Amino acid sequence: MPMTITEKILAAAAGKNEVEPGDIIDVKIDCIMCHDVTAPAAISMLKEKGIDKVFDPEKIVVTPDHFQPAKDIKSAELHKRLDSWAREKKIRYYYPLGKAGVCHALLPEQGHIRPGDCIVGGDSHTCTYGAFAAFSTGIGSTDLAAAIATGKLWFRVPASIKFVLNGKLPKGVYSKDVILAVIAKIGTDGALYKAMEFTGPALGEMSMEARMTITNMAIEAGAKSGIIGFDEIAKKYLDEHLKERKQYKVYQSDADAKYEQTIEIDCSKLEPVVALPHLPSNGKSISDCAGIKIDQSYIGSCTNGRIEDLRIAASILKGRKVAIRTIIVPATPFIWKQAMDEGLFGIFYDAGCVISAPTCGACLGGFMGILAEGEKCVSTTNRNFVGRMGHPKSEVYLASPAAAAASAVEGKLADPRKYM
Amino acid sequence: MAKAHVYKRDHINTDEIIPARYLNTDNAAELAQHCMENLDTEFVKKCKPGDCIVAGGDFGCGSSREHAVWALQGAGVGAVIAKSFARIFYRNCINCGFYPIELENATEKINNSDEIEIDYEKGVIKNKTQKKEIKFKPLPDFAIAIINDGGLLEHIGKKK
Repeated sequence: MPMTITEKILAAAAGKNEVEPGDIIDVKIDCIMCHDVTAPAAISMLKEKGIDKVFDPEKIVVTPDHFQPAKDIKSAELHKRLDSWAREKKIRYYYPLGKAGVCHALLPEQGHIRPGDCIVGGDSHTCTYGAFAAFSTGIGSTDLAAAIATGKLWFRVPASIKFVLNGKLPKGVYSKDVILAVIAKIGTDGALYKAMEFTGPALGEMSMEARMTITNMAIEAGAKSGIIGFDEIAKKYLDEHLKERKQYKVYQSDADAKYEQTIEIDCSKLEPVVALPHLPSNGKSISDCAGIKIDQSYIGSCTNGRIEDLRIAASILKGRKVAIRTIIVPATPFIWKQAMDEGLFGIFYDAGCVISAPTCGACLGGFMGILAEGEKCVSTTNRNFVGRMGHPKSEVYLASPAAAAASAVEGKLADPRKYM
Repeated sequence: MAKAHVYKRDHINTDEIIPARYLNTDNAAELAQHCMENLDTEFVKKCKPGDCIVAGGDFGCGSSREHAVWALQGAGVGAVIAKSFARIFYRNCINCGFYPIELENATEKINNSDEIEIDYEKGVIKNKTQKKEIKFKPLPDFAIAIINDGGLLEHIGKKK
């Protein structure tokens, strides 16, 4: 039976020859991501139930990221619970402060993501790792507890929707604009319960960093997972980042695999896109929304806090001054150092930006850049729900790092193409 | 008897159900004080034990935070009836022993403050105010078994 890449990975993880959408299967998990918001609760549940066992301390990756460095006493308590558990259970890949980073940037960077693997994490943006031809999905604390204890979870095999990304991205248009355009087209529940499979020639010119921005936001269309097939670009990244267990299994969708729908996007016709409040699906071309006055620009997060994103922002901010509060958040310590070594920090400093420690921070309204009533923020993050970054009457405008940087310079939503 | 709190809107998301500024705790009682705060600051005062939320499509979209379900449970909400649910939220509900009920045009069939009674296993909502019965597709048996045991971990514990 012809199968999609998602079906093949899930079949193998369930020990079956084939599966089809709708099948309920028990799946063996290869990697579990734990962070400071959802994992402490999972740990407490296990303790309460007297379940002391961790299925495999080498297959669990732990990093505090949402509220780290601890923003208040309560979050410090969460970190303390996470820390003592990780040490007690001898979790091999534990990244405490100093090594900790925004989980979805950290795990691929540190070589924990492999093609063909089945990955879960206590965070909705766990779908990011699908950029590496893996099945990856977000779960809540109870599922996380079950996965930690047993190394298994049940899943319903999702149907797949194929997105063919045709054409070449014009200058000033990035993978963030592509995914915002896709979500604008299908809506925040346009891929509910589905796997979003991205293919097409436009991907051939995207780095792994750029691809991760696309799969990161699959959840914003309601998807269970996002996935991109393996190629030379993925291989090169993996060669550079995998530190051990360098072998992995590559699955490809069959040519006659069944898709619920195929959607073609002509990337060459895209403009920079901004998702207006209060849904990620409210994407508008920059020419339709330029000029809206903004109070803050936020460049970071698991969507766009990687080195390539910081380079793009710096290329626009170089020799210019920001007109509004501008916060730069390198997603991991390694990215932070790279940005420093490359001289990006000097550019950001001269432009009048502030540079934060790696953290999820203000993306989810935690800390390090919270909005007051009535304030507007252009942000490279992934959600713009009511109150997402602060006061329930504040507003978030989702955009690419280039558009966020250009908007920082002008103090209003701005087209980055005029700075290129 | 449960009272319905109707929100005629799609995409009621986890940031509205429990804003991330309160995620520095996983204590259900504390979370409950802020339940639905970004959408309706009066909700916690209005909600009585067993009451239900009725909403449009894609309820619970956004974060994987199970805190959203704990906040609802802590606030006394008995079930959420919505046109459709976001995937992770739906799964979290079952795992926590909480009923997500899918009902087409839910906000048209139930009005705000209607008195309702739900038979989860038969798939019937008795709307006592409107004096009519509304049918819905019950959850699969395995999900009902998990909910009846009080959640996934309790269910696993019982099986062993």
